Amino acid sequence: MSGLLYAVAAWLLFVGMYGVVTSRHLVHLVLCLSVAQSSSYVLLIGIGYRAGAIAPFFSDRSPKKPAVDGVVQALVLTDVVVGATVMALLLALALQVQKQTHSFDPWDARPMRG
Amino acid sequence: MSERTRRIVFVVAALGVAAILLWALAGLPSFGSHESAYARLLNSTTAKRRHVTDVVTATVFDYRGVDTFGEELLLFAAVVGATLLLREQREELHEPPSDQGLGRVAVSMSSAVRLVGVAIIGPAFVFGLSIVAHGHLSPGGGFQGGVVLASVALIAYLVGEYRTLERSAPFAVAELSEGTGAAGYAVMGTLGLIGGAAFLQNVLPLGQLGTLASGGTILFGDVTVGLAVTGALVALFHEFLHQTLVVRRARAKRGSR
Repeated sequence: MSGLLYAVAAWLLFVGMYGVVTSRHLVHLVLCLSVAQSSSYVLLIGIGYRAGAIAPFFSDRSPKKPAVDGVVQALVLTDVVVGATVMALLLALALQVQKQTHSFDPWDARPMRG
Repeated sequence: MSERTRRIVFVVAALGVAAILLWALAGLPSFGSHESAYARLLNSTTAKRRHVTDVVTATVFDYRGVDTFGEELLLFAAVVGATLLLREQREELHEPPSDQGLGRVAVSMSSAVRLVGVAIIGPAFVFGLSIVAHGHLSPGGGFQGGVVLASVALIAYLVGEYRTLERSAPFAVAELSEGTGAAGYAVMGTLGLIGGAAFLQNVLPLGQLGTLASGGTILFGDVTVGLAVTGALVALFHEFLHQTLVVRRARAKRGSR
């Protein structure tokens, strides 16, 4: 059971990368990359988990109660922002590629000339 | 490279990565049993030392405040990059915005979507503000609330048309909000320097634990980041919608494709 979460994270990483490698549509490729990246969310949250602990919010609970790791949750927040910005930039690039080559298929994209 | 060789290269590379990953994962503590030193320290002392009840927000805007500054600049850079990439091209025409992608049939909106959308705009806006403002007390904060606020602009587009979005959340305002937020965070950082402490150090009075005015600069961080995230996302929506709805490629000159 304890290894399941890490297995899920690894699976997401590899299935996402496989999608990136075999993709025939640039938007699909960007989404595959975000699947691969989501493995890091799962991994980080999993590392911070403690059995039987509460969320790290103490508005109505004593700070002495065991809580899960808030630091990795803050890291996930950074991770999400990075993922969103990378996706926005890549989608903008995909649009430009489509304008230049009239195709969303990465196989149709020729090497760029200056 | 043929598709077949590509797959073979991928499988070989993936097996290599998998081996290293497995090795790394084997070194991790078993799931659910470990508490890091940082977690123990922050969970037990944040309420006392920073007068906030949300450890995640305290980490983001105080203990890891400089990282968040970098994160905010990253968001800023991404918006600038997307705006630059999607700038007007020489061969492009602009049409009055029609809510329809090129070569697609416009679907008429059902009145149910319009009704629910209009009804939800106000509450969603207030909800977003509340998430931003209570980041130091309960789950939420500038990033999360900013996303909710930006989605209000998308709902306005959903129930109206492109012009509605332009009028209710203009691009210029979005950019201003993004810039003000990012700059505001930097100003908040220099408050620490002015107060004779380190950059981004929490120098404001910490207030009463559990009230809105507590946590010193953390609330200020939530508000500036909320502004920046809302502005950044609305600006991105504008850019992409503009590409789909307004920009049209001019007829190619004779002789070229």
